[in-house]
Amino acid sequence: MVKEIERTELEPTSTENRPAEFHESKEELHSLFRTMSLIRRFEDTGWEMYTRAKIGGYFHTNHGEEATVVGTICPLRPQDWIVSFYREHGHIIARGTDPKYVMAELFGREHGVAHGRGGSMHLFDYSRHFLGGYGIVAGQMPLAIGVGWSSKYRGQDEITLLLTGEGAMANGASHEALNMIGLYHLPVITVVVNNLYGMGTTVHESAANPEIWKRGEMYGMHGAQVDGMDVMAVRRTMQDAMKRASNGQPSLIEAMTYRYRGHSVADAARYRSTEEVQSWRQQDPIERFYRQLSKADLITEEERNAIDESVEKQVNAAVEFADSDEHPDPNGLFDHLYVDPPAGVSL
Amino acid sequence: MPVITMREALHDALREEMIRDQNVFLLGEEIGRFGGSYKVTEGLIDEFGPERVLSTPIAESGIMGMATGAAMTGLRPVAEIMTINFIMVGMDQLVNNAAKIPYMFGGEARTPLVVRTPSGAAHQLTAQHSQSLEVWFAYVPGMYVVAPSTPADAKGLLKSSIRNDNPILFVENLVMYNEKGEVPEGDHVVPIGKADIKREGGDLSIITYSRMVHMALEAADVLAEEGISVEVVDLRSLRPLDVETMIASVKKTNRALVLHEGWYKYGAGAEVAAQIQEHAFDYLDHPVVRISGQEVPMPYSTVLERAAQPRMEDVVERARFMLGRK
Ligand SMILES: Cc1ncc(C[n+]2csc(CCOP(=O)(O)OP(=O)(O)O)c2C)c(N)n1
Repeated sequence: MVKEIERTELEPTSTENRPAEFHESKEELHSLFRTMSLIRRFEDTGWEMYTRAKIGGYFHTNHGEEATVVGTICPLRPQDWIVSFYREHGHIIARGTDPKYVMAELFGREHGVAHGRGGSMHLFDYSRHFLGGYGIVAGQMPLAIGVGWSSKYRGQDEITLLLTGEGAMANGASHEALNMIGLYHLPVITVVVNNLYGMGTTVHESAANPEIWKRGEMYGMHGAQVDGMDVMAVRRTMQDAMKRASNGQPSLIEAMTYRYRGHSVADAARYRSTEEVQSWRQQDPIERFYRQLSKADLITEEERNAIDESVEKQVNAAVEFADSDEHPDPNGLFDHLYVDPPAGVSL
Repeated sequence: MPVITMREALHDALREEMIRDQNVFLLGEEIGRFGGSYKVTEGLIDEFGPERVLSTPIAESGIMGMATGAAMTGLRPVAEIMTINFIMVGMDQLVNNAAKIPYMFGGEARTPLVVRTPSGAAHQLTAQHSQSLEVWFAYVPGMYVVAPSTPADAKGLLKSSIRNDNPILFVENLVMYNEKGEVPEGDHVVPIGKADIKREGGDLSIITYSRMVHMALEAADVLAEEGISVEVVDLRSLRPLDVETMIASVKKTNRALVLHEGWYKYGAGAEVAAQIQEHAFDYLDHPVVRISGQEVPMPYSTVLERAAQPRMEDVVERARFMLGRK
């Protein structure tokens, strides 16, 4: 077992662009940029729809986390799996699910990804191996043990990406999950999206040792910390972890990022200063990637405008689709509760 | 009498008990600077400091284990579990430790603690955030489960719970924090284990607790216009269960309808119905009727969510039927 701890360069407060090296084609880079822009736009519009009471329940957005989301999810291959949590609108979009079915779910409609049963916290797309968003903090983590075990058991070359918040790392379930993933050498990459706050609690108030990536060592996995506002840095770290995972070595990646908005729509986030929010917004992951690309002559202003326009169109179309989609039939209330229940008994 | 909200009643009870007894301390997620998810503890950290108002990591097992250990050694912890849905994560500490320790060690130890938590369904919070799990704890010998429906009861019962020497699950309701009511001034204490007749009537007893008390009262208003007189029995605690008060009511009205949120089978209604048939069978003019939520994980869609919850109209309709109307 390799027990190697690496620390990728971290500069969360710097606005300076690190010169990025690109091995990807221009098309691929544009696609990453577009996905980040799409997620931002989707979240903006979703938020607006929430305030117009088209969406209800809890509503947690990925505003500010786009580089972490795209950097970890886009390198995955079709056969790979994702286990996620309630802050997952961007996760399922990055995985390729059509935003119109995601928006329809947020609207609680029949053609939403969970047929109007799940809502914002419980998005799902089996065809894309997106195994869902879960609402109990850290409750999704032990699932990844089973998914990783299953890949190994079936002898398939599949990797599981387990996403979680840093606040969740204080919960007992995180320990059981990471220990068993390490113990059984499962092809699981755990990405801790460290946006510095779990609701109003800072990571310094929730973790005895807030450097979460260091826990990799004690679980027998590779640990790495990465600047989660830099999509290419996240992508490289993820690609490296994928190579290790294929060789039976799990990883624990801590991506340092920030959520621009409150915890959920209802949270005014008065526990943090405007200066703090501003300093993070100055290294906005989308703007930063744009600067990196344009410095390398890989994107023009016109190209960016075209991307922005197409993204806007796509999200507007998603809203239109969601708004005109039908509500679930109340007679279907008991659908999906059991598979093939016996006849003639009280269920 | 001053009129205050449920939130204020709970807040005042905590504050007064913390002033009265140095050993009372609070612990839970976001209860400090954030003021609590439902703002019950707002301001208490400024008055009592971070050691008596301890904001913890997201660690329900840790919270309830910590409360139990502290209770065994002389403190009187009041834990807040953000919502009852998260209590499962730490349930072992409450059920296997707190509730067992006094008996298992032959009375050599005590676990005087309170776990406050909101229960219930509302606002499209969906399957993992809309549950009414208090009956699970009421099943456990060694636990008390208290569930007030008014600000006065909330204040009086929370104070009694904090002073009580047993482990207590104190059930609040997700959508009732802004509900207002009169609360007596001074050291208002309500004894644990005493049901309360929230409305007197002669034709039918609706036996219920927590938020559903208000649905029962609404239904009683509607039925009164039709000449049906409803008695509303507020259990106020599921364990201890005040069998005496509810049986006296049923012996008077000869009809019982049990109403609660959450699921039907094995719910609180099942226990109440069984008690009634054991103690008042000969008095019944109609089988006991149970009304609850539908037996599904709560769906997100507004249409489905409405269909899954108990409705006032159903209470009225079933009551009419029990009295042979329409
Ligand atoms: C077991 C459990 N406890 C508490 C909650 C309430 N809650 C929801 S999200 C959250 C904060 C989680 O923070 P983190 O893991 O950092 O993720 P983030 O929301 O910041 O993305 C809390 C306390 C919950 N859903 N589940």
